[in-house]
Amino acid sequence: MLLALLMVPLGAALLALALPTDRLRAALLPVGGAVQLGLVLLALRLPETVSLGGWLALDGLGRLILLVVSVLFFFSAIYTPRYLAQHAAHSNRVFVAGMFAFLAMMTLVSEAHHLGLMWVAIEATTLTSAPLIYFEKSPRSLEATWKYLVLCSVGIAIALLGTFFLAYSALQVGLSPSLALSDLLRDAPHLSRPWLHTAFVLLIVGYGTKMGLAPMHAWLPDAHSEAPSPVSALLSGALLNCAFLAILRFFQICGAAHDAGFARHLMILLGLVSIAVAAVFMIRQRDYKRMLAYSSIEHMGILVLGVGIGGAAVFGALLHVINNGLTKGVLFLSAGNIHLAYGTKEARGVTGALRRIPISAALFLIGFLAITGAPPFGPFLSEFTIVRAAFARGRYAVVTAFLVLSFVILVGMGATVLSMVHGSPPGEDSANEIRPVREPASTVWPIVGLASLVLLLGVFVPGPLANLLHHAASLVEVSR
Amino acid sequence: MHQLVEALLVSVLVVNFFVLGTSRLNAVIHASAVEGVLLGATLLCLRRDWEALALASGVIVIKGVVIPALLRGAMREVAIRREVEPFVGFTTSLLLGALATGLALLFAGTLPLAPAQAGTLFVPTALATVLTGFLVLTTRRKAISQAVGYLVLENGVFLMGLTLARALPLVVELGVLLDLLMGVLVIGIIINHINRELSSVEMDTAKLSSLQD
Repeated sequence: MLLALLMVPLGAALLALALPTDRLRAALLPVGGAVQLGLVLLALRLPETVSLGGWLALDGLGRLILLVVSVLFFFSAIYTPRYLAQHAAHSNRVFVAGMFAFLAMMTLVSEAHHLGLMWVAIEATTLTSAPLIYFEKSPRSLEATWKYLVLCSVGIAIALLGTFFLAYSALQVGLSPSLALSDLLRDAPHLSRPWLHTAFVLLIVGYGTKMGLAPMHAWLPDAHSEAPSPVSALLSGALLNCAFLAILRFFQICGAAHDAGFARHLMILLGLVSIAVAAVFMIRQRDYKRMLAYSSIEHMGILVLGVGIGGAAVFGALLHVINNGLTKGVLFLSAGNIHLAYGTKEARGVTGALRRIPISAALFLIGFLAITGAPPFGPFLSEFTIVRAAFARGRYAVVTAFLVLSFVILVGMGATVLSMVHGSPPGEDSANEIRPVREPASTVWPIVGLASLVLLLGVFVPGPLANLLHHAASLVEVSR
Repeated sequence: MHQLVEALLVSVLVVNFFVLGTSRLNAVIHASAVEGVLLGATLLCLRRDWEALALASGVIVIKGVVIPALLRGAMREVAIRREVEPFVGFTTSLLLGALATGLALLFAGTLPLAPAQAGTLFVPTALATVLTGFLVLTTRRKAISQAVGYLVLENGVFLMGLTLARALPLVVELGVLLDLLMGVLVIGIIINHINRELSSVEMDTAKLSSLQD
């Protein structure tokens, strides 16, 4: 089963390379996405199995990330063919194959129970997604791709060094070194502390680069704003979560070593710095896709902050993985429709979106309300859980800083979003009858689907999902 | 055997300095190839089983031959020979490199080492190589120099991996190598595109600066 989850997207990638026409390849995307989502939903019902001698396993955390990845991929895959049709000048052979290879590697990240294998998979996500960012082949997308490749490769090389340091922490105390997660969790209490600490610092810097934590986030706004919108959605909602999973794996080991305090401080610090940097750059941000990219940085900050705070906040952070991932899908895909209708990413150039493309603009507005934590959407629930847990654990300074920064972001983002959706479209007189542009179903329904899920999760968390989240949280938060 | 390993490690340090102080791109690429071969030889000195043999030949072929050939190909394509006007001068970067090596020695001294590595140059060389790579990556303007910097950094990480004899299964090591190869391949393609887009002989990553807040 675990192998099937890898083989389906890999097979689809090969098939995409072999198919003769752009049209067939584009049609393969939703089909492959649906098959993968079906398999994932099936796999989530099965008990935990291991494969390849313990190298692959699907525990609570992996299941959570895999679920977000495949749901988001499914909806983005429905959306993408229309985008590709708009850019028919470029062959989509590499793009479609890259999408499936990217999905396969993200699946491998969530299944990997060997830290070396996980590293290989995460580096492979960088390589498979670079051609996706470069799809439009403009000088700007080229620059974004170059920064993405170099910064993420270096970050990940540092993470590999950290991984080796972690293995060395076993060697130094005379244990036989291993990078299998189960061995490390078992041996954790005996690991050499100086090496463990150095390893965690290197790892959070390394994988933090990939996750987009400030101050290592330089690649993220460029890549998110220059990539095709469905790719931006996947980067923001799926890829960053994979890097988060990698950090969680090492946090698990710190927890098992009864040494999580050090890691917690570091995570709270990086979390707050990320939220603060995002707040600064989101005010008066001219490019609305960049604004969403900074919002991704903010929410990655919230995730590590939640884990850093601990207790019920871990549950909140894991719930936020889903909520943020799906909401980012809503935002980036609807921003893609706005981009298509107006032909600019400048927020100034977009006014009256509610009149020109009413459905997409309404969805964009819904996404904005959801991501800034307005009830009754999912992110409200998860952020509220984190804040409540922070109060319960006496982290008053942290929670005050978080709330103040969130308010700044709400105002900064709100000013841009409201000026985009209200008013009258450029070049059209408000007195005249404004005819909305027709919005093709395939670019609207995926967003509606994602938005309904976000709303649903705000109203109630289904039983099986709650169980999954509790199980995953218990893996991160070792009770003492 | 022990002395041979130490000699190889010292050679790695020397190559690091060569990379820091040289402006001719061809020579820098050569140096990174030599470093790759040195790593393969170090591995062979430490372990003599078939796994090590397979890995060492993989390292020597990929880091010593294939990747340098790819980079040279990219270099010919874009017709540049030299790193000009790096952000930090060659003398300064040599001094910084010496400082980084000193810091690596000090830092490795503060960490408790396993008996097998105590008193050897393994950990300090690994850290110094990582820092050298980082230095090259951040101070050079040409995309190819930056790619070499990345390779040197990766070599340092690989050296650290060598201390872990058995922890890393062959499959993972080969996966790391494959990722590196694919990375350089993609980087090479991007370099070509940068060259075409900017249509300048300089091919300067400092010109990649239209994306800003």
